[in-house]
Amino acid sequence: MSTEQELTQTPLLKLWLPGMGRALGQRRGSSRPQFTNCPTMIVMVGLPARGKTYISKKLTRYLNWIGVPTQGECISCASNALKDIANYFTKEQGQVAVFDATNTTRERRGAIISFAKEKGYKVFFIESVCDDPEIIEANIMQVKLSSPDYENYDKEEALVDFLKRIDCYKMSYVPLDEEKDRHLSFIKIFNVGSRYLVNRVQDHIQSRIVYYLMNIHVTPRSIYLSRHGESELNLLGRIGGDTGLSSQGQKYAKALAEFIRGQSIKDLKVWTSHMKRTIQTAEALGVPYEQWKALNEIDAGVCEEMTYEEIQATHPEEFALRDQDKYRYRYPKGESYEDLVHRLEPVIMELERQENVLVICHQAVMRCLLAYFLDKSADDLPYLKCPLHTVLKLTPLAYGCKVESFYLNIQAVNTHRDRPTNVNVARKPEEALQTVPEHL
Amino acid sequence: MNATEDSTEQSGNSLTRELTQNPLKKIWVPSSTNGLPDRHISQRKVCMTNCPTLIVTVGLPARGKTYISKKLTRYLNWIDVPTKEFNVGQYRRECVKIYKSFEFFRPDNEEGLKIRKQCALAALNDVRQFLTDEGGQVAVFDATNTTRERRETILRFAEQNGFKVFFVESVCEDPDVIAENIVQVKLGSPDYTHCNTEEAVADFMKRIKCYENSYQPLDEELDRDLSFIKIIDVGRRYLVNRVQDHIQSRIVYYLMNIHITPRSIYLCRHGESDLNIKGRIGGDSGLSARGKEFAKSLGQFIQSQNIHDLKVWTSQMKRTIQTAEAVGVPYEQWKALNEIDAGVCEELTYEEIQQRYPLEFALRDQDKYRYRYPKGESYEDLVQRLEPVIMELERQENVLVICHQAVMRCLLAYFLDKTAEELPYLKCPLHTVLKLTPMAYGCKVESVCLNVDAVNTHRDRPSNIDVSRLPEEALLTVPDHH
Repeated sequence: MSTEQELTQTPLLKLWLPGMGRALGQRRGSSRPQFTNCPTMIVMVGLPARGKTYISKKLTRYLNWIGVPTQGECISCASNALKDIANYFTKEQGQVAVFDATNTTRERRGAIISFAKEKGYKVFFIESVCDDPEIIEANIMQVKLSSPDYENYDKEEALVDFLKRIDCYKMSYVPLDEEKDRHLSFIKIFNVGSRYLVNRVQDHIQSRIVYYLMNIHVTPRSIYLSRHGESELNLLGRIGGDTGLSSQGQKYAKALAEFIRGQSIKDLKVWTSHMKRTIQTAEALGVPYEQWKALNEIDAGVCEEMTYEEIQATHPEEFALRDQDKYRYRYPKGESYEDLVHRLEPVIMELERQENVLVICHQAVMRCLLAYFLDKSADDLPYLKCPLHTVLKLTPLAYGCKVESFYLNIQAVNTHRDRPTNVNVARKPEEALQTVPEHL
Repeated sequence: MNATEDSTEQSGNSLTRELTQNPLKKIWVPSSTNGLPDRHISQRKVCMTNCPTLIVTVGLPARGKTYISKKLTRYLNWIDVPTKEFNVGQYRRECVKIYKSFEFFRPDNEEGLKIRKQCALAALNDVRQFLTDEGGQVAVFDATNTTRERRETILRFAEQNGFKVFFVESVCEDPDVIAENIVQVKLGSPDYTHCNTEEAVADFMKRIKCYENSYQPLDEELDRDLSFIKIIDVGRRYLVNRVQDHIQSRIVYYLMNIHITPRSIYLCRHGESDLNIKGRIGGDSGLSARGKEFAKSLGQFIQSQNIHDLKVWTSQMKRTIQTAEAVGVPYEQWKALNEIDAGVCEELTYEEIQQRYPLEFALRDQDKYRYRYPKGESYEDLVQRLEPVIMELERQENVLVICHQAVMRCLLAYFLDKTAEELPYLKCPLHTVLKLTPMAYGCKVESVCLNVDAVNTHRDRPSNIDVSRLPEEALLTVPDHH
């Protein structure tokens, strides 16, 4: 075994890999820890109106965001669904598939288990059990009544009809059992999370799924996302750094305070990064706030405090690589959006636990958080529009998130640079700098 | 932006408080009008709970309660949540100097019951002191607590003192697990120094019997308003009820990831690097010739250990990866295992740091754990960054972690329960592998030096850490280099 093995650093991800002579397929190091070594089927179990679809969609969104290719399937026809799932795993390189249906009989679940065993997939059941009539009714009102099935009904009639539908399933419903199903891997969620029964967690991804499910809740609340006020470096068109607010930025901080007061938010938590500009912004609110290092802006490494023009002049290849794959591109001695997402995961987890929160952060960070809430892909994420001096109010609604945008009417520079048409390393400087926003 | 003396009076364009950057931790804090740092800013600390937490174990003897208590305490202290465990058995041993037999635990032994209750109360008193007067955030009350009555007493105590309560119950009927438990931790207990193995086991089994009749496990229905986790059969199944806050959620996650399957964790640094030889810190250089030799020896050593299903982890820095390549098995790269970021001091020698940043250099010696390099990290930051690594190490079995000096110190401190003061000075020399094997309540450490020469990179704390010290005093403990 030769230890003279040369390593080369990949230009995009800045990963050290063994040298040129090796075929890519033999590459040993992986850039992220293994979540699981084989595809996993997540199978929902429960009567109608128990939140199965809510959980499926939310879980799917979370797993995709942390980089685990996941697909949700709302199933009406079981045999097709299983075929689609097999397809997703083999042809599309998916890692997790969520099978969202009632799956209320042992028979049905048995069929799924046999299928998975045959194919070598792991199975993890998520059962939602609820006997609180208020929760069930609220559920039905939120998501069932707007279904096409009830287009011509009035609310009361629809409710009654749906409750009768549930009764049909109740007759044959066999919940997962501690004893009889002790060899299966599952989590049973009682009454929207007041109690959980967890059985035989097999691997890392199942452990993460359990942790996530145990942290989410359905209490109504809103999350406010905003960037710091305009900073001195923003004015100069320079990225990164740790400067203070410009005079416009200070005006914004004041306007933000007024806006927040106007919203009359109960028990608001305020979070900032460790960087001066977010903290100065929070200071104007006059309420306690928590500083999170994890909310710091993306580290641009050797490009910190440069303008785009300077980056083009000093690192034209890097600049082009970034345009080629902005999500995975890592600055030399810095970070990538992909790294940012990883760093922000504990923030997201805590946001799920909390109720009303105002997060004062930075452009790249805000894009990552927004992508989580609005289910944006890795391709869209780095280009989400998060302008200065604008507050986004996110309110969970039905299966998604309502977004309200509030521009607080304080002028600020534009810091959004779109992807230029020519991303080729051989492009001319003008082509590279085509989409750079104006600055001093 | 101008600092103003009495800025609260002014409307217009200045903010109410000026921000200054704390020189040690590089945290921006507002200073009030008299120039002193103000109090109401909070740092992101793990335990965002607004009152202290009392964790109460529940279960028959030999169900792993003390194992869990000690492990949990170690984990919480490592992530910077001041935690202490209070083992009632310990109080009992102090009270009843000599243990005679299981008869002490008989449910009809009035004298025994009285003493045991006194011990529990004494322990609770110490709990109160720790949580109320000594700045503790979590106290682990480790006892059987098998009756509802006893648990009621504890709940009342907690309520009076404004503590939250979280129960951790361990239920296990597997005779093999219980037997192994007894062998590992009971036979060596002070209670049984005068017995041979057979006598000890027999007595202990009778002791367990004394509790069995009055054991009232936590119940889904009857105890539905309590916050608890029931661990069944060493983690095969869990019942989790009413998690109240962040710290309880983290505790549950941790408890659900630990296991007791025998395994070993191997920790080592990358082989000696080119920058190591020059006495420069940080950077991303490759291995020196001796470093490559070490990598080869490491490969041979690992082979000779015949480890079942070994996972190998590296950082994303060239030197750890080069080292792993020589071991010849698949490995995973973790960015979280990268060396501490020395910010503006990256790739400098200590002499250069003293020359260019003498204040920084002194501050670091004053509080090496909390000190953050300008535009870099602190050991405190490192620990936070490494927490997911620790969590995954807990889930795994045999793992070899090839990392860096500061990183290895943090991991070692977790396994060996070292304080924040000791952590940054733990000795982790190049070309030495530490083999950690969990045993009883702690960790056995075997140090294997692979006999390949390397520079010393360990810099002890010098005697003079004052900012006004002379350069020679600052550089007193710098190890030799080219």
